[in-house]
Amino acid sequence: MPTRIIGHVKRVNGPVITVCDITDAEMLELVRIGEQQLIGEVVKLFDGEATIQVYEDATGVKPGDNVYGSAMPLCVELGPGIIGSIYDGIQRPLEKLEEASGTFIARGLTFDGIDHKKLWHFVPSVKLGDSVSGGSVIAEVQESETIVHKILIEPTVGDGVITKIADEGDYNVDEIVATVSQEKSKDINVSMVQKWPIRNPRPVKKRLPFHAPLVTGLRVIDTLFPIAKGGTVAIPGGFGTGKTMTQHAIAQWCDADIIVYIGCGERGNEMTDVLREFPQLVDPKTGKSLMERTILIANTSNMPVSAREASIYTGITIAEYYRDMGYAVAIMADSTSRWAEALRELSGRMEEMPAEEGFPAYLATRIAEFYERAGLMETLCDKEGSVSVIGAVSPPGGDFSEPVTMHTKRFVRCFWGLDRSLASARHYPAISWTESYSEYLQDVKSWWNERSDDKWQSNRKEIMELLQKEERLQQIVKLVGADALPDSQNFILEVCSLFKNAFLQQNAFDKIDRYSIVEKQTKMLSCILTYWHKGLEAIEKGVPLVKLRRLRVVQDVAKIKFSISNDDVQEIDKLELKLERSIEKLGGIYED
Amino acid sequence: MKTNDEKIDRRLLAGREYRGSSRIDGPLVYMRNTHPIGYGELVEIVAPDGSRRSGQVLDTSDEVVCVQVFEGTTGLTLPKTGMHFLGHPLTLSVSESMLGRVMNGLGKSRDGSPIAQGQFDRDVNGSPINPTARIYPRDFIQTGISVIDGMTTLIQGQKLPIFSGNGMSHNQLAAQIAKQAKVRGGDSDFAIVFAAMGVKYDVARFFIDSFEESGVIDNVALFLSLADDPSIERTITPRTALTLAEYLAFDLGKQVLVIMTDMTNYCESLREISTLRGEIPSRKGYPGYLYSNLAELYERSGKVRGSKGSITQLPILSMPNDDISHPIPDLTGYITEGQIVFDRGLHSRDLYPPINPLPSLSRLMKDGIGEGMTREDHPHLSNQLFASYSHVQDVRNLASVIGEEELTSIDKQYLKFGQFFENNFISQDFDEDRSIEDTLNIAWQALGYLPSEELQRLSEDEIDEYWQEMED
Ligand SMILES: Nc1ncnc2c1ncn2[C@@H]1O[C@H](COP(=O)(O)OP(=O)(O)O)[C@@H](O)[C@H]1O
Ligand SMILES: [Mg+2]
Repeated sequence: MPTRIIGHVKRVNGPVITVCDITDAEMLELVRIGEQQLIGEVVKLFDGEATIQVYEDATGVKPGDNVYGSAMPLCVELGPGIIGSIYDGIQRPLEKLEEASGTFIARGLTFDGIDHKKLWHFVPSVKLGDSVSGGSVIAEVQESETIVHKILIEPTVGDGVITKIADEGDYNVDEIVATVSQEKSKDINVSMVQKWPIRNPRPVKKRLPFHAPLVTGLRVIDTLFPIAKGGTVAIPGGFGTGKTMTQHAIAQWCDADIIVYIGCGERGNEMTDVLREFPQLVDPKTGKSLMERTILIANTSNMPVSAREASIYTGITIAEYYRDMGYAVAIMADSTSRWAEALRELSGRMEEMPAEEGFPAYLATRIAEFYERAGLMETLCDKEGSVSVIGAVSPPGGDFSEPVTMHTKRFVRCFWGLDRSLASARHYPAISWTESYSEYLQDVKSWWNERSDDKWQSNRKEIMELLQKEERLQQIVKLVGADALPDSQNFILEVCSLFKNAFLQQNAFDKIDRYSIVEKQTKMLSCILTYWHKGLEAIEKGVPLVKLRRLRVVQDVAKIKFSISNDDVQEIDKLELKLERSIEKLGGIYED
Repeated sequence: MKTNDEKIDRRLLAGREYRGSSRIDGPLVYMRNTHPIGYGELVEIVAPDGSRRSGQVLDTSDEVVCVQVFEGTTGLTLPKTGMHFLGHPLTLSVSESMLGRVMNGLGKSRDGSPIAQGQFDRDVNGSPINPTARIYPRDFIQTGISVIDGMTTLIQGQKLPIFSGNGMSHNQLAAQIAKQAKVRGGDSDFAIVFAAMGVKYDVARFFIDSFEESGVIDNVALFLSLADDPSIERTITPRTALTLAEYLAFDLGKQVLVIMTDMTNYCESLREISTLRGEIPSRKGYPGYLYSNLAELYERSGKVRGSKGSITQLPILSMPNDDISHPIPDLTGYITEGQIVFDRGLHSRDLYPPINPLPSLSRLMKDGIGEGMTREDHPHLSNQLFASYSHVQDVRNLASVIGEEELTSIDKQYLKFGQFFENNFISQDFDEDRSIEDTLNIAWQALGYLPSEELQRLSEDEIDEYWQEMED
């Protein structure tokens, strides 16, 4: 129990506590309040008083209670043992909390973020006399079945040489495994665990230009609105439009090495769902359980609001740590709006001047700072690592003109807007093709073209243009009905309808459809465009649209997503050929 | 500054009476010069006439304590108001004997005879359920109502609110669900906890009568804070009710259905307190913490490991002006596991239940339907109904512009489908209890009005097995 008293409680207003008789409290210092030892953080210092935000329910805290300092900011513990964990917003392992207090989370409990007793098999990768500096890799530990944990020197350490290094063997994270000697300062002992303050980004060598997409397996995303590895994207949508399902699907199938999933102020059962489902699902990249690459942070809506505010930073700091080892990390934050609302609630309790809709004036800055922590980086150990951020936004009333959506839009480069009417018709993912955009098209163009006989960019352009034409035609149809359009125009509606049903819609619950590899996506698109080109030729020759529509092979194309699995994508080529032939045959009849 | 209060017996402090309030504002009473009072402490208020009321500390400091009085402040005076600070938060003495009883929002008897002291005193605010301790709910509850069972399936342990509007039949629907709900092959040790916030006596009476009629009243605990009770009491009523529900479900292993009506009144009481305290409002004057506050209620549902019980919540709320984007339904929808949405148009056509399936949703149905649970065609079938009924809306819009005669022949078939679907699938009698097979069969009949090529969400096998063209 900490003994340094930094002051006494003066006032308690929900999760915000004013403390008086302040002696030497530090800004952002982690503190403990009262005999219940509730966890809090100093967020303001003024005139001998401090404002503290409490990470637990403050019931029972009273004026006069002691406040104890820890002389440390709020940190996460970084080291082997993080993968596969489920934490609350301040990195307390929820399983440990359950062991301690049962079904309901009690207050004032403290646990290390990682297990300090567990032994890890340490394999040194440096030898005596090697020069190292902050961020250098000195050893490897097999952390999970699929992830090799690189033991890094803390980023703040300057240049030095290894003067001691442990032999290969089993150690716990507290044991000293290396010593770094520096010219001008004391020797530094290195263990396998380090702490890092969650609100400070971990340093890197430099930012790199994007060059590859984060492949998600969702066709509408990868083909139409791709996100780059290291990029940022917002998924705004009203309730029930599919934010969480989209994030779950990406967490399951995307080609990142590590996933940090943050349930920030959302439902308890959704986290239970992940906990139940992920261990049983197989990562297509490694063939191992998905949990072997996943870290969960669950600060659900009924858990304390301050810890919700912190959960986002806890998550991104852990992500940066694995990035520093050279991994591609993807973060899902569901939902950033709940984090912004936590900011608003705390700000309101602190009686700060509000800006728009009660949000504090610094909302935009905080959002920007958060998304800035994403990127494709050259790490301190000269590797390429990335943090991609996929943030859900929950706009009140589904109205995208509210502050959190608006500000988020300024700082992300990709936008997957969810559409209420698509969701009502159970067109999932309900990602609107008119409102969404990606600014990464140029960055990922060559990657995709290399994998599609140089066709990805032009095919994408062609189908997007068709969708736009369809949009305009639908306006006319609303006034005069579809029968009034000539077949050549009706055929645009037909092709777009096929594209929406057969390609854009993707059923997360179907074993075959739930994710599509790159080749399946490019081949499916090519098939649909063949229908468009050949079909239009046929119509120009006088083939009636109904004849085309009734072709058996067109029905087969519509069902590719369910019928042809990722392992048999060459079947799509055969189908495309058959489609071509069937249409030509039809055309042949009418040419005569 | 640091006092030795910890050493003084709590009971001694609780015995101390402070007199003379410094300010009374709506339901809030302020008291100065007290010993250090804990945040959230329970307060006993002594009115000038000697009667006792209860309250809770909303804000505490070394200068002044702000107390919210649940029974209202009518009759209190500045000099003659007394207060005892009890040193612990508001608790409910939970016991099975509350079943069959009518209580107020604080769990005190409303019918005169006292309630037996329970074995445990539980903090009514509860504590968050650890996500690792939850069991993902997946048991299908057959409500006997087609549009719910077929398209927004209720799952045991789900929180599924009814979004209604003034004058619509949400009470009938809730009563019908309470009466008909069953888990096939499930356990019959059930209980109903009913919380009324600010509704009229008639509404409470309607539910009591309906529980009596179906012979379950002895398994129902009623917590009533009616329209003429102090509005502040409503802020605690659902908490009291859920505290009992948690005990019945997680300690005693019962299947508990919690009906809470009307959440809109609850939220308005919160707004009232927030405004009085001068807090910075977010949308429509509601406090910024409304989301978290509602989540503290709605998340008290589900199933947990180590107990065979469950809490299924059926909150009812009336959407002001039928506006689903109003903060109350909006924030609720963001927390609950779906919603059942009433439609003024269907209601005015005298359809019961007037549920529009398109904006309605059950987020948990995916794991509770299909082979072995309902029937193997259920998932695709419900998907198809959504897609087809959604197209009906487009066709109707088009028809209102160009006239029905100008529609393509397929679109005309859609109109017929829509008609049949609304009149035979959505609509049913207040006491009609349909099996899931009946429900699914009626759905197939409706689809019989559409050509089979239009049924893109169904597999060929399903169409072969169930689909049959309907004659007009
Ligand atoms: N890709 C999908 N495939 C199938 N169903 C989906 C898909 N996306 C969303 N849904 C349906 O929509 C519901 C709500 O989705 P969810 O992601 O929870 O919405 P949100 O997080 O935006 O509130 C889900 O319960 C599911 O029934
Ligand atoms: Mg969600």
